[in-house]
Order: sequence, then structure tokens, then C-alpha cells
Amino acid sequence: MAKTKGTVTGIVSNLVTVLTEGPVAENELCYINSGDTRLMAEVIKVNGNYAQIQVFESTRGLRNGETVEFEGKMLEITLGPGLLRGVYDGLQNDLTTMKGVFLKRGEYTDPLNHETLWDFEPIAAPGDKVAAADWLGEVKEGWLPHKIMVPFSFKGEYTVKSVAPKGQYNIDHTIATLINADGEEVPVTMTQHWPVKVAVKAYREKPRPDKIMETGVRVIDAFNPIAEGGTGFIPGPFGCGKTVLQHAIAKQGEADVIVMAACGERANEVVEIFTEFPELIDPHTGRHLMERTTIICNTSNMPVAAREASVYTAMTICEYYRAMGLRCLLLADSTSRWAQALREMSNRMEELPGADAFPVDLSAIISNFYARAGMVILNNGQRGAVTFIGTVSPAGGNLKEPVTESTKKAARCFYALEQNRADQKRYPAVNPIDSYSKYLEYPEIKEYLDKTVEQGWVERIVEAKNIVRRGREANDQINILGDDGVPMSYHETFWKSELLDFCFLQQDAFDAVDSLCPIERQKFMLDLLLDICHREFTFENYEECRAYFKDLINLLRQMNYSEWQSEAFESYRSQISKFLEENGK
Amino acid sequence: MANKAYQRVYTKLEALTKATVTLRAKGVSNDELAIVHGRLAQVVRTKGDLVTLQVFSGTEGIPTDAEVRFVGAPPTMRVSEQLSGRFFDAYGRPIDGGPEVEGEEREIGGPSVNPYKRRQPSELIPTGIAGIDLNNTIVSGQKIPFFADPDQPYNQVIADVALRADVDKIILGGMGLSNDDYLFFKHSFEAAGALEKIISFVNTTEEPPVERLLIPDMALTAAEYFAADKNEKVLVLLTDMTLYADALSIVSNRMDQIPSKDSMPGSLYSDLAKIYEKAVQLPTGGSITIIAVTTLNDGDITHAIPDNTGYITEGQLFLRADADSGKVIIDPFRSLSRLKQLVQGKKTREDHSQVMNAGVRLYADAQNAKTKLENGFDLSDYDHRCLAYAKEYATRLLSIDVNISIDEMLDTAWELFGKYFSKAETGIKQALIDKYWKN
Repeated sequence: MAKTKGTVTGIVSNLVTVLTEGPVAENELCYINSGDTRLMAEVIKVNGNYAQIQVFESTRGLRNGETVEFEGKMLEITLGPGLLRGVYDGLQNDLTTMKGVFLKRGEYTDPLNHETLWDFEPIAAPGDKVAAADWLGEVKEGWLPHKIMVPFSFKGEYTVKSVAPKGQYNIDHTIATLINADGEEVPVTMTQHWPVKVAVKAYREKPRPDKIMETGVRVIDAFNPIAEGGTGFIPGPFGCGKTVLQHAIAKQGEADVIVMAACGERANEVVEIFTEFPELIDPHTGRHLMERTTIICNTSNMPVAAREASVYTAMTICEYYRAMGLRCLLLADSTSRWAQALREMSNRMEELPGADAFPVDLSAIISNFYARAGMVILNNGQRGAVTFIGTVSPAGGNLKEPVTESTKKAARCFYALEQNRADQKRYPAVNPIDSYSKYLEYPEIKEYLDKTVEQGWVERIVEAKNIVRRGREANDQINILGDDGVPMSYHETFWKSELLDFCFLQQDAFDAVDSLCPIERQKFMLDLLLDICHREFTFENYEECRAYFKDLINLLRQMNYSEWQSEAFESYRSQISKFLEENGK
Repeated sequence: MANKAYQRVYTKLEALTKATVTLRAKGVSNDELAIVHGRLAQVVRTKGDLVTLQVFSGTEGIPTDAEVRFVGAPPTMRVSEQLSGRFFDAYGRPIDGGPEVEGEEREIGGPSVNPYKRRQPSELIPTGIAGIDLNNTIVSGQKIPFFADPDQPYNQVIADVALRADVDKIILGGMGLSNDDYLFFKHSFEAAGALEKIISFVNTTEEPPVERLLIPDMALTAAEYFAADKNEKVLVLLTDMTLYADALSIVSNRMDQIPSKDSMPGSLYSDLAKIYEKAVQLPTGGSITIIAVTTLNDGDITHAIPDNTGYITEGQLFLRADADSGKVIIDPFRSLSRLKQLVQGKKTREDHSQVMNAGVRLYADAQNAKTKLENGFDLSDYDHRCLAYAKEYATRLLSIDVNISIDEMLDTAWELFGKYFSKAETGIKQALIDKYWKN
């Protein structure tokens, strides 16, 4: 089929108008031949014979009259073994194999290595009936079983004619031959292509999530747990610890595959990941963190249109690994930058703007994207999941702005970072009252927690939240009426909430021990703290109350810093019980 | 850079606004420069054969039959060692009476560094100011702005910081500087005897605002030459980025773009990021550190300019007049250096981060005490000690007129802890208390 051609007739920044000579499709990929470079672009609007395309690169030096070739396909990425450990830009160019310190316009690199040999083992056998995403064989990618699947784009049922025997092959080797309904033979290699803006739906069903994904962060796991295959978002003003919290989740999240999308954020933060992750060990498997991590990196100074593509690229990679029966965690920092990329384009196309000049369909775009996450049952009955957590950077720290509001409708967990807590260095600065997890209301999740943590766990969480809330109210009263103007019980209520805050909600992300708190230890701590909160104390005055709780908090925090059930831990534990015996019943 | 090969001359303008002209022309490339009525302009939009040009110095007095010549290339500058010690305007023309610079011609606003090729910043940049070195340590390759109200002495502070910093080159990008401030920079650089390592690109308030848009690209192209080609440590000062953003909004407004928050263009974030992200630690040892100034309107950091800046930069330094000590201080609560943990305790003394945290926490307790006092409540003994501590802490450590080494800052902090508090009240790790506590 001949490719449609066109000529450039107008340029405003990275929005280019093209006079086309044939049919073009919405979101079709095209290349502009500008001098001796080819610039990748995507159709975003068509009007008569004129197509408006967004160029994924700088358009400096582009001229009217230059030629454009349409590719007859949408923006696709390549899926296959070798994606893990990868560092890609938003269009899946391998950043590690690029030459030169500065990015060169029009330099596109191959995402996968064609030389590497993989140890292949067949799964399917000749005669098997297979469909899209069914497993044909397996290679070991690091320690992960990487399934070679029937490409997602294959429609209908196929019969396996042959599968390559166990052996070492590169990704381009034909590892299976399938026969389609018309009797034609179709070769399958280890790689396949998929358009990033289309959700992969090659699974049997997508049930409600019924398990939580542990992160080792107490304020998440206990107070507002996120489900495996769930969605959550972290809005917060700058300097509130969004990135630190996301990195903590990435390092500790109970998942097989982590995809981090640095979308329009600082390059030095990505460098931090490059520098730290290869050194870090995955607490769940003892393997290097980098072995299960893919980084999609489109920092704030990289082209805006590629920034928009980057979140879709990241999601598609997650969906690919989910189809292998793996648990994937996608972290996108920050979805506001993605929304701003949409705004910049909408603005250049002179569309009528919605709130804050964002495109009117912003809300729909965001919820469509969040909907691609989820736990699924594959065709062979196995489970796979994509858990998605995005950060939002609300303008001026005001949560009443379009991106936050649209995301709130789409995501099921809300981790509100609070300036006030950050100012007081109470990290993670997640507001315990405003934040929520809808999953706590799921009967499936409640049942799961009853079974795996303890009977009535959710009720205990609700109780703990109430203590924190009452403490806040008491504190308000104290601030209005003065320390002497309120009954002693107000001080006690307030300090009990401070106890929960300092010893449970706050967590030191930079401390080797405290940063990762397994659910068993969270249960121990919460039980201990609730037990203290149930006690009634007698204090002469509020100074005594304050001093008592400060000392108690200090002991409990020291315990948090000690290795679980170590000598130091047990020593603090007995010091605490002794301390409690001296006052309190 | 304005004297390129001759092209066809156009003499009919189709449209004029305060900042742009539109004419019919063929074969024009995006971003290329043109000379309109003797003034420098740049292509910002083409539609068929209609070309819109942004005229940097404004369009006042340009007639519809003005002569337009296209240069055929985007803005460039010449880079070489000859840049050192010189003062230039926004177009890179000398304003110090010296000769034109000879050297390699480079496009300004070029591509960014491949993030994978960057190195993690790890070198401390000491400034002698405790509000920075102790509480918000700056690291080479970092980008950090001062947030300051227009009445704060921010230009004096960045001049001090620049002259004390141990760097190979200092590049000043002055946008909308008052003539007095321009002369201030010139004199302080001369007085310090450091002129040979300083390069300045200056647009003063006497010059057209849109010209400012060229300043950061000029300054950073020069910075990239010294950092990438010569492996030098370069410090770039950009003042005042708020005036730069204002110029952006003027252009976008003239181009009929729909404004987003605070009448700023929707691309403000990307526009600012393109500048700030030039800060880098290169694998070959060179680095670019950016210290900028963003002036605020009455401390309002929710305005689009400081807000977007805060999401891009690695922290911010907040200048505030402190009533108790009568000094201008670096506000320890609202200031932040995101890269400080890369050097604190690693390139500085082991007690650095704990002393910093304790110092700020106790200062926060003093603020609570102050609130109590203002609301007419009785103060406890602890409150009184906190207040006394806060005053001395502000005077001896937070004030911008401090100039001491980091070890002296730490010793001063320990001295204050010992003077006003018990060991337990500081909450510092026992091992450090045993080693450093002063009575």
C-alpha cells in the first residue's frame, strides 16, 4: 500500500499544518523530511485536505513546502524481552545507546537489543488452539519468566503449527508458526508492536480487586491501602515530598515489574534513580531493583508532545507484562505535566478552552487512562495486575483545579499531601483525615485483610483515624482557648493523636529500617498504639502531659528505627511497657 | 549575527501589532531571524505564505512598507575564551566599548542533555551564608531561585553568593535590571577583582521588554560552551525571571493565544523548564549551576510564575525581613534545597543534617510561642527560652550578612543549643551530643 504524502503549509511551534494528498487517520504517525533529518509527528486533527500534526521534536528550521510521509499506523512501541532495565524517552528510544551528551534531533534508537540471545523454552505445542496474548513460550528476563505471546494484534483463533525447540535465540528469530482461520501461515518472533493509545484487552475478564499491594509505607498500607490492580493519586504542592514518597513506593512496592514514567519532571530526579536503583536490593526478592524496573524518561525540557506520549508508552509496557501473569506497578510523575502538554496543543490549535485553559475533554482523557489499570484474569485463568499511582502537581497547591478534580473522579485512592505537615517536617506529609482509599469499603478487601492481617482490622483503622480526627479538634480548641482554658482531657486527646502521628503516620524514608515497615510490623505497632490510646492517664497539668507523651513518643520512635525483633527493639519494647506501668491504667 | 547572506527583500507588511509583524514571504524556516526596519525579529508562525515575526525591540514606528530581510538561520552567538570579562546586550553585542567577540558560531537555545548521560550533582558550593550552607546547601549542577519581594536586596545577595562561590566562570543574565542595579553588579565584580571570570548579558529596564527573551538562552549557550567544551564549573545568575515571564505573556498575548492562570501563556512551565533544566553536572566534570531570582507579589507563591518555578527548580530560597532581629533572613521554613542531602554529612561534618533539623525545629517552636504571646496566653519557661534562642539564631545564622565557614556555622548552632536548651530538648542523636555538645 502506498504511503500518503503531504507538504507542510503552516508552523506554530510544534504544531504543523500539512496539505495531504490522500487519506490520513486520526493519531496516524508521520515523518517530516526537514533537510537531512526526519522528524516524527502525529496527526491530531484533520480538516478537509489539511491535517494538523504535533511534532515530537523541535521544529526549528522547518520550512513550508517540505514533504511529509504518513506511515499508515499509529504511534507504536516494540514489546519483547529486554524492556526491563531499559531507559527510554517518551517514544521508546533507548537513551543509553544514544551517542553524544546532548540529544540530537531526529536521532531514533532501537528499544531492544537484536544481538542478545535468550534461553527459550516452549510452552505451546503443535495443534494447540491459541488467541491473542496466549503464551507460546518463555525466556528468563533476569529472574522473571518473560512469556512470548501470540501478538495482541492477532484477531480470532489460530492453530499452532510449530514452536521452536528449547534453545538460545535472538528476538528476531521465528519462535513459532501459527495458522490462521484462512489456513495461512503466520510467523511469530519474540517481539510485537502495539499502538500506545489503545488499551490491551486480550484477557478474559477484569474483576474487582481483592488484595492489597503492600508498599511498606504505614500511612498507605494501614490507613489508606491501595489494591493490587488499583489506582491512586498523590496531589501536593511543590516541596511536600511527592517524589520521595513515589520513590519509596517504587523501591518497596510488592510488584514484579515497576515502570516509572518521569513525565515532564526534573532530570536530576531521574539521575537519582539511575544512580541509586542499581545499588538497591528489592526487599521482596533480594535481587537488584533495576532488574525489574523500566524507566520512561521525558523530562521537562524534552519535547512536549513526546511528554504526552510517555505515559501511554509506560502504560502499554505494563499491560504487556500483565498479560504474562505478572504484577506491575506504574508510577507516573507527574500527570499534571501530561495535562499541560495537552493544554499547550489544544491552545495552539485554537480550540475553545475549558477551565484554566485546559482542553474540555481533559476529564475524559484522564479517566480513560486510569481505566487501563486493573487486575485481570488471563485467558488461561492466571492473574495479572497493573497498579497505577500518579502524582498531580496542582497549580498554587490548590486542589480545586481541573487536573486534581478530574483525577479525583478517576482514581480510587487519594493521598493528599499537605503543605502544613511538610512545613512541620511531618513526613510523609499525607493528610490522614482528607486522604482516603475506596478499597477499604470493598467487602473483598475487608475479607482479605481480616484473613491476612487480623480479624476486624478495618474497624481498628477506622478507630485510629477517629483518634487522629478528635486530636485535631482538641488541638483547635486548645489553640483558641489556650492551654489553661481547656480541661485536661483535651490535652490528653491531643497527645494521643500526636502519638499516632509521630509513631505511626510519620516515617523516615531515608532510614534503612524505618522506611520499610512490613504489614506484620504495622499491625504490631498499631495494636500497641491503640492499647496506649485506650488507657486513661492522670496528669497534674498539661506540661506534665506534654512531657510524658514526648518521652513516650521518643521511645516508640527509637523502636521504629530498630530492626524488627532485634535486641534493641526488644529493649525499647520493655522500656515502653515499664514506662506505661508508671502512669496509666 | 545579523549579517548573513543576502536574501530577497520584502517591503509590504500585511499586519502589525505592538510586538509582531506579518507579511507574505516564501521559503522561510521556523525560528529563523529577520531584520525588520533595521530591527531584529524572529519567525514565530507561518501559515501558507503568511509569516508572523516577533520583533524583539517592539514595532513602534515600523511602517507597512518597512524593509524585511530574512537571515536564514535561528539566533546564534560566537563563543570563545574572549567572552570572559565582557558585558553584552541581549543580542550579544558588546556594551562595554570592547571589540566584537571572535569564535565559533553557535545556535542559542540548542538541544538538552540526554538525561542518561548526566551525573548526580555531588559538589558543594559554599557561600558563607548560613541560611544557605547550613540549612539549604547548594550543590553544583543544581538550579535554585531566590523568592523575594521586590523590596528585598536579592541582587546584592546573589552578587555575594557568586563572588564567594568557588567556580571557574560566573555568567550574569540580567533581565529588566534597573540601570542602578546593572552598575551595582558591574562595580561589585570590578571591586572584587574577579572580572576576568565573569560574563554578563544585560537587558535593562530602558530597553524593550521582549528583548529579554534572548537573555537566558545567550547566557546558557555561553555557559554550555565553558561547561561542556572546557569542563569548567559555571555559575549562572538569572535575575529577574518574573520579568522574563512577563515578556513571554506579552508575546503570547499579541499572538492571540488563550492565556491560562494569571494571564500567563499555557506553555509557561515548558518555557521555564527549558531554561532551568540547562543546569547540569556533566560526565566530563563540567557543570552548570543556576541561581535565579523570582520576585513575588507580597510573598504570594501561588502566582503562576513562582508556582511553576517551584515545580521545576530544586528548591527555593526565601528572603524575608525578620522583625525580631531586624535583619533580612533566609526563611528556614519556606526555603528548601532538594539536593542538600547529596552533600550534607558527606562533604560536610557528620553532625550537619541533625544540627540543621534541630535548629529549624526549635525555631519552629519559637514561632508557636510567638503565636501564643500574640494571642495573650501565658508563656512557659520553654517558650521563653525558645524566643530568646530564635532571636540569636536569626541574627547569627539566618541573616544574609553572615559570612563564615560551615564548621563555624555548626559550632555556632551547638553553642546556641547549649545556651538555651537541655540535651533532650534538641532531640539529636546521643552519639553526636556526646561529641559536640557545648556548655
